[in-house]
Amino acid sequence: MKITIVDCGIGNIKSVQRMIEYVGGTAVIVSDPNLAKNAEKLILPGVGAFDSGMGALNGNGWIDTLNYLALEKKIPVMGICLGMQLLCRRSDEGVKNGLGWFDADVVSFDPNKLGNLKIPHMGWADIKVKKVNPLLHDEVEASRFYHVHKYHVVCDNETDVLAEAVYGINFVNAISKNNIFGVQFHPEKSHKFGMRFFENFIKLA
Amino acid sequence: MTPRIIPCLLLNENGLVKTTKFTNPKYVGDPINAIRIFNEKEIDELMVVDIKATSEKRGPDFDLIEQLASECFMPLCYGGGIRDMADVKNLFNLGIEKVAIQTAVELNPSLIRQIADIYGQQAVVVSIDIKRNWLGKPTLYSNSRSVKYESKNWKEYLLHVANQGAGELLLNAVDRDGVMKGMDLELISEASKLLEIPLVAIGGVGSLENIKEATDAGASAVAVGSYFVFQGPHKAVLITYPKYKEIQDLWKK
Repeated sequence: MKITIVDCGIGNIKSVQRMIEYVGGTAVIVSDPNLAKNAEKLILPGVGAFDSGMGALNGNGWIDTLNYLALEKKIPVMGICLGMQLLCRRSDEGVKNGLGWFDADVVSFDPNKLGNLKIPHMGWADIKVKKVNPLLHDEVEASRFYHVHKYHVVCDNETDVLAEAVYGINFVNAISKNNIFGVQFHPEKSHKFGMRFFENFIKLA
Repeated sequence: MTPRIIPCLLLNENGLVKTTKFTNPKYVGDPINAIRIFNEKEIDELMVVDIKATSEKRGPDFDLIEQLASECFMPLCYGGGIRDMADVKNLFNLGIEKVAIQTAVELNPSLIRQIADIYGQQAVVVSIDIKRNWLGKPTLYSNSRSVKYESKNWKEYLLHVANQGAGELLLNAVDRDGVMKGMDLELISEASKLLEIPLVAIGGVGSLENIKEATDAGASAVAVGSYFVFQGPHKAVLITYPKYKEIQDLWKK
């Protein structure tokens, strides 16, 4: 099953495509939402600021297509990094509304709780899986992933939390609800851990 | 939180070299081969710097960088010869995660802000070379001689680039480059106290303990050249990287 990668100029999409192809999948990069209507699986990558991310989705006409694919057609959708944050209602970083698919907000790290740790959080962190899911497992060996972020997601519903990591505090670094997934880290830059993650995403029915 | 340990590879005419105090480049091998080895070793991050791109007044070698990026399954930072947003856009389109700039900070003063606005603050690494003068006082240094820093105070300069939106600061102790006898801990400590953003220290690592000393002094990450490409007293070329367990144990001590 082909994976469609949303390109609206806000993400390092090339690395995502390369890793999917490296583990045997097929990924197409699509910048016109009209060409994504028949997508079977979707990845929304993103880096940069929350408002510029939402602005880019709006400006390129992606919002209706994304809502249709995720909420009506219910294909597997995965947001990466800023792409995960955009699935939430709002962010401390900006004023625009997010896609609002999760009852969750994006908040700043509280510097008082970080001690000597600097912001952005930049580096590898082990994940703690919080529920049974098709993408991430840590029973045999702790998976570690590369993180780069200044803000983190806080969910209203604990059932939406897929995994957590520690940076001064425990923070949510993966979320899921039905067919929709979001990861704060960069699986495409996380060696074999990322490769396993994409293999699992490719296998998803 | 385990601090990052970042191998730093220097490009010179399509090959990799390692310098000592920024001179005497010694050939250490083929970049693609090195990246494949580093993939297998599951390194935290990789930094590649084209050391002649600025002084030879040419831009980045995009063909080579694309080859490097396509082999790289860890975060990749590229530096060398970046002049403007056109260069930066090209690099991100090829799959680079971060760009390191130094000369362009001076020649193109809005560049840090422009990169941060489009690609995010985390994507901008500002590289600063520091050389101690005959009195042992840290001074800003331009290896390509493209910038005259004489009148600038290094600490004020650090704050200046941080305030413009740099996501990380790469602090290079020129006098320690290739010497492998330990990092300039005083410099690292002074710099990290000034900064709210992560400080990546480079220059002088000759053992894992040297890396630990630098993070104890305040570095958020340590970049390493010689220690990961040379082996033994005769500096035979051998690419190495500590095992994850060794890295974790280092900070448990």
